[in-house]
Order: sequence, then structure tokens, then C-alpha cells
Amino acid sequence: MAEAHTNPVEERQIDRSQMQVSDEVAIEIAGMNKWYGTFHVLRDIDLTVNRGERIVICGPSGSGKSTLIRCINALEEHQKGSITVDGTLLSNDLKNIDRIRSEVGMVFQHFNLFPHLTILENCTLAPIWVRKTPKREAEETAMYFLEKVKIPEQANKYPGQLSGGQQQRVAIARSLCMRPRIMLFDEPTSALDPEMIKEVLDTMIQLAEDGMTMLVVTHEMGFARQVANRVIFMDQGQIVEQNEPEEFFMNPKSDRTKLFLSQILGH
Amino acid sequence: MSEVHAQTVAYVRDTMIPQEAPPPTEAGAIKWLRENLFSSWLNAILTVVSLYVIYWVVSHVAGWMLFGIWDAGSLSECREVRDATYGEGASVACWAVLTDRWDQLMFGFYPSELYWRPVLALVLFLVAIAPVLYDSLPRKMLWFTAASPFVLFFLLWGGTIWGPLAVAAGFAIGWAVLRFATPVIGDLGGIVAAFVVPILYWFFAVGPIAGALGNAIPIGIEFVPSDDFGGFMLAFVIGIAGIILSLPLGILLALGRQSDLFIINKFSVIFIEVIRGVPLIVWLFTASLLLNYFLPPGTNFDLMLRVIIMVTLFSAAYLAEVVRGGLAALPRGQYEGADSLGLDYWQSMRLIILPQALKISIPGIVSTFIGLFKDTTLVVFIGLLDPIGLSNAIRATTDWNGIYWELFIFIGLCFFVCCYAMSQYSQWLERKLRTDHR
Ligand SMILES: Nc1ncnc2c1ncn2[C@@H]1O[C@H](COP(=O)(O)OP(=O)(O)O)[C@@H](O)[C@H]1O
Ligand SMILES: [Mg+2]
Repeated sequence: MAEAHTNPVEERQIDRSQMQVSDEVAIEIAGMNKWYGTFHVLRDIDLTVNRGERIVICGPSGSGKSTLIRCINALEEHQKGSITVDGTLLSNDLKNIDRIRSEVGMVFQHFNLFPHLTILENCTLAPIWVRKTPKREAEETAMYFLEKVKIPEQANKYPGQLSGGQQQRVAIARSLCMRPRIMLFDEPTSALDPEMIKEVLDTMIQLAEDGMTMLVVTHEMGFARQVANRVIFMDQGQIVEQNEPEEFFMNPKSDRTKLFLSQILGH
Repeated sequence: MSEVHAQTVAYVRDTMIPQEAPPPTEAGAIKWLRENLFSSWLNAILTVVSLYVIYWVVSHVAGWMLFGIWDAGSLSECREVRDATYGEGASVACWAVLTDRWDQLMFGFYPSELYWRPVLALVLFLVAIAPVLYDSLPRKMLWFTAASPFVLFFLLWGGTIWGPLAVAAGFAIGWAVLRFATPVIGDLGGIVAAFVVPILYWFFAVGPIAGALGNAIPIGIEFVPSDDFGGFMLAFVIGIAGIILSLPLGILLALGRQSDLFIINKFSVIFIEVIRGVPLIVWLFTASLLLNYFLPPGTNFDLMLRVIIMVTLFSAAYLAEVVRGGLAALPRGQYEGADSLGLDYWQSMRLIILPQALKISIPGIVSTFIGLFKDTTLVVFIGLLDPIGLSNAIRATTDWNGIYWELFIFIGLCFFVCCYAMSQYSQWLERKLRTDHR
């Protein structure tokens, strides 16, 4: 499990003017269950995410956090209950799945950039082939987002030539090029050296400031405190507790949460 | 020599020693010799022995080859020339068999006034393959590449132009089925139909359609039957056709073996295991003897085409496993990265997975190709006159009875040049595709 880094985010003043939670529902998960063979990974998950929410999911390793957010864009299929993303019900219909995937951006722990393509090609691939955007336009969009994550000068390099932090920022830009309405992050900083964590968290904060709906699995509690409007604690495939960050950290209700927090915050 | 800052640090050099050349024992040819040939007593002895062996081979073989006789009409004539030039019984090669039978070695019994057709076919083939091998060439050339199998077929065999056109139409039919039937009958049904419909069409409809069109609008060039094909032309046609056809088939089989779709998965597994588990020579006999029993009566399915199909299937089974190795070597994250962006199955295969998996598999793929090309010599056992078959035929004539080495050396050399070229190309390609340099 990744260590908790509480320091890097603290230094920055956050602009909250665009961070508004609307009434519109972005993701609706109801009574969702998932098994790996006979192993019950996710049990009775109910979760409603409104547009504009920034949700941090934490919990011990193996508690099903990754599985949960991977179910949302159908990288894993669930066996019971329903998931509705942007009004589209996730079913076995491949058309629906591809539509949801193109609306939902995902950032992985290990970046999953395509090593045989340049940074620019990584960013333009999906817009060109999925959205049928003309190449010129896709490249302009890609450059815009590469500017935003502050690495436009690397556009013609290959992923293997970049540092981990740079690769993760490219991965974020690649997702953004599809103009997603929701972004999922699965431990985006836990494969990074400490000095690179900050640059990635900065990029994510910027995204939150722009009003993106975000679900973030992370152990960066500083990020959770400052950016999240809700923190969810998972254990053994269940949502044990969820609350506003202030309350969650000051007044955890369940013992498991208390134990987890004491371990991760180191006192 | 150097001044010392006594107050601050105990000893600091403040002038640099000028650079010197390394000692002679550590540089240039002497260093190389010492390190590579005489680094120990054992190595020194081995070096001397090897030098003697090389000298012995070269002194015997080089003279035999270099002083060889190029101008004679038969082995006995060759010997007369030899005796006249070098004295009785000198050991020199008789390369004259190559010059005398050159046309036959190259073209078999292809009509000599039509030699321009296979030659032109070879040139066109090189043009067609160039944009595939070198991606700096204009992409528009790929249109010709796509049409080239039919053009080459027409050039080599001749006959009515409607045959190749009718066969080409089968691919269009398959594409149309995939494109328009899939929305109606689903993905699995679409894929299966896209295979079955064209195959049925090729088996039952191509003959009548091409025949009818040929009667109505006779356009064509002189027909050359497969029996007249021979020599390196035969080896090249079978080898190249096998290589080109087996790669896409092998890739499809590899994908099939990875597929979650039950029927496609099981079909691929059974196909691969059965084809790979039986020696090629058995498949070739099957092609030459048994296949006629399974075909509709009255069809006279060309033996060479049957052989090409068998060779293709055989090496496709090997390629499928090589490519599967490449697919398995990719991290799961690549599949997930592609999926998470909303790419559909074929897009993610074509754009993300296969380019990387094939790159990993290049050495294995090229090995399979080289194996296939050399295995074309096996067709001699079912009576086709490949270079080996022709050399047997040449040695059976009274003129050249008794000659061995010259023919086999030449044939071996030709195969070596082709295979070595493939190997060199693949290494160049691997270097070019490397993107992980830091
Ligand atoms: N493909 C899989 N097959 C079987 N079990 C799995 C698979 N993926 C994850 N698991 C199990 O599911 C549980 C939850 O995994 P995961 O969601 O990755 O946890 P987290 O992200 O919270 O660390 C773990 O116990 C893990 O071992
Ligand atoms: Mg995880």
C-alpha cells in the first residue's frame, strides 16, 4: 500500500469559484455486487455522484477500490445491481460500453501510455478514431491540453523518454482530449517518486478547479482535505463510511476507519 | 608539479596532468589480438589450429571454385576443357552446368518466349512489397500492393482476366458481409458469415462466373499451366505466396485463440494444434493425393495452388503461436488503456495491440518465414520441379550425369542469400521500431 504524503499540496491556494456541485446526477450505482469466481469483491455498493463532485476513495489494499472504479467504465463487469453513467445504463451492449468509455476518462497507476506512439499521437489517437475528429483539430486540442499539463515541448517524444511524473501528466492530457465529463483516477501518484507526486497532484487540483467531476482513489490525504467534497472509506468490498473531509478526518465514526486513518496518518 | 593550498585543504591538485596515449599493449590491433585470440595458452593453441583448418579449406575449395569452367555444353566437354587447360584430372568446378541450364533452373519449363512475364511479375512484386517494408514510401502505393496478388497471378498463369477478378470479388463480398450483416446478426455471426460466405463463393461460384464472363467478353493472355512452372520461379511463387498469405491468417488465428467467443476460440486452438502437430510433408502428400476426394467431383484444382494453400496453413499455425507470444508479452495495461479511451476491439487491436505485439514477435515471425521458404524444397516429393527437383532432372540427362556439387552449391547459395536478406531486414526493422531509447 502506498504511503500517505500529506505535505505536497498544502502550499497552494485553491480557487474554488468553479467547484460547484450541481443537482444533476453523473453516476448512479445501486445495489452493485461483483464476484471474482466465488470471491465476493464488491458487496451492495450504493453510490450517487453528482456533477461537479470531487470524491476521494480510500481504504486498505485489497478492499476493492480499483475494482469499484473500474466497474464504472466497464473495464470489469459487475454481476448484480446497476450502474448508470450520464443517464446511460451500463449493460452488455458493446455500443453502450464504448459510449460510456468515451465519456469517462481514466488515469491508471502505471500510466498505460502507448509506448510505440509519440506523446502527441497518444493524445490524438482516440479523438481521431473514436470521435472522428479531423487530424488537425485533434492535434490542436492535444497541444492545448499538453500546455495545460505543462509539457507541450515533449509532444514529439516517446513515452519511454519521459519521467514518471511527466508520463502521468500526459496520461491525464490524453484522457482530457476526449473531453470527458467524468474523470476516474486509480492511485495516480503511487507509482511515482515523491518529487514527482506534486506535479501530478497540481495537475489534478487544476482539473478540480475547472469543475471536473472526479473520482480519485488515493492515499494523498492532503489532496483529500483540500480538494475533495466527499471522502469514501472502503473495506472488504463495502463502503464503510463517507463524509465531508473535515468530518471524516476529525470525527471518523467506525472503528475500522479510525484504525485505517491512524495507520495512514502515522499517529 | 602541483601546488597545495596548505591553509584550507590538505591536498588539492590545481594543475591537470596532460592526457597521454594508452600504452601500445592496450590499444589498436595488438590489444585486439591479445584479448581475442591469444588471451591464454588454450586460446592461442585453438587460434593456431583454427587458422590451419581455415587455410586447408580455403586452399582446397577456393581454387576449385575460382578456376571453375563456365563454358561447356556437357560434363564430358567440361572435362576436356579442364584437361586442356589445367592438365589431366585437376580438381576444378564445372559451373558450365549453370550457364547451360540457367533458363531451366530459373523458370522450369515455362515457355521461353514468355519469360518476360515472370520477370515482370518479380519486378512488380518488388514494387508492391516496397511500401510495406519501408514506411517512408508514399502510402498510396499500398493500393497497388492490395491489387498485386491478382495482377501477379494473372501475369504468371495468364488465361482469362475474369478468373482473378472473380476471386478478388470474394474479398469484397466478405467485407460487405462483415460491414452490413453484423448489425443484423451480431458480432459473432458477422465474423463467421464473413468467412463462410466468401469461401462458399470461391468454391462454387467463381468457376461458373469467370467462365461465363470469359465467354461473353474474352479478354486474356496465353495460359500457362502449373505443370510448366519450375526452378526458382516455383520456389519463389510458393514461398512468397505462402509468406504473404500466412501472416494475416496467423494473426487472425492468434487473436482467435485469445478470444472469449467459444466457437472462434476452439476452432483456432484445434486448427493450430492439428496443423502444427503433423509434418509438412504429410500435408503435402495430403494436398497432392487426398484433397481430390474432398473436392466436388469434376473440379480440377490446380496442384500448385493446393500446395500453396497447405504451405500457408502450415506456417500460419506456427505464426499464430509466435504472435500469441507477442500478445501475451504485452502488459494488461495496454489493453485497458485502449479500452478506457473507447476504442472498439478492432481499433484497439490494429492501433495499439498488434503494432506492439508484432514488433515483439519479429524475430519469431522471420524465423517462420525463413523456415517456410526453405521448406518449399519439400515439394520435390510430390513431383513438383522446384530447384532440387530440377537438379535431379538435370543430373538424369546424359549430358550432365555425374555432376553434384556445382548444382547444390548454387541452390544452397541462392536460398542463403534470400534467407539472409530476410534476417538482415528484420534486424533493421527492429532497430527502427525501437522507441524506448532514453
Ligand atoms: N482479476 C482478478 N481476479 C481475482 N481476484 C482479483 C482480481 N483483481 C482483483 N482481485 C482481488 O479483488 C480484491 C480487490 O482488489 P482491488 O480492487 O484491486 O483492491 P484495491 O484497489 O482496493 O487495492 C483483492 O483481494 C484482489 O486480490
Ligand atoms: Mg488498487
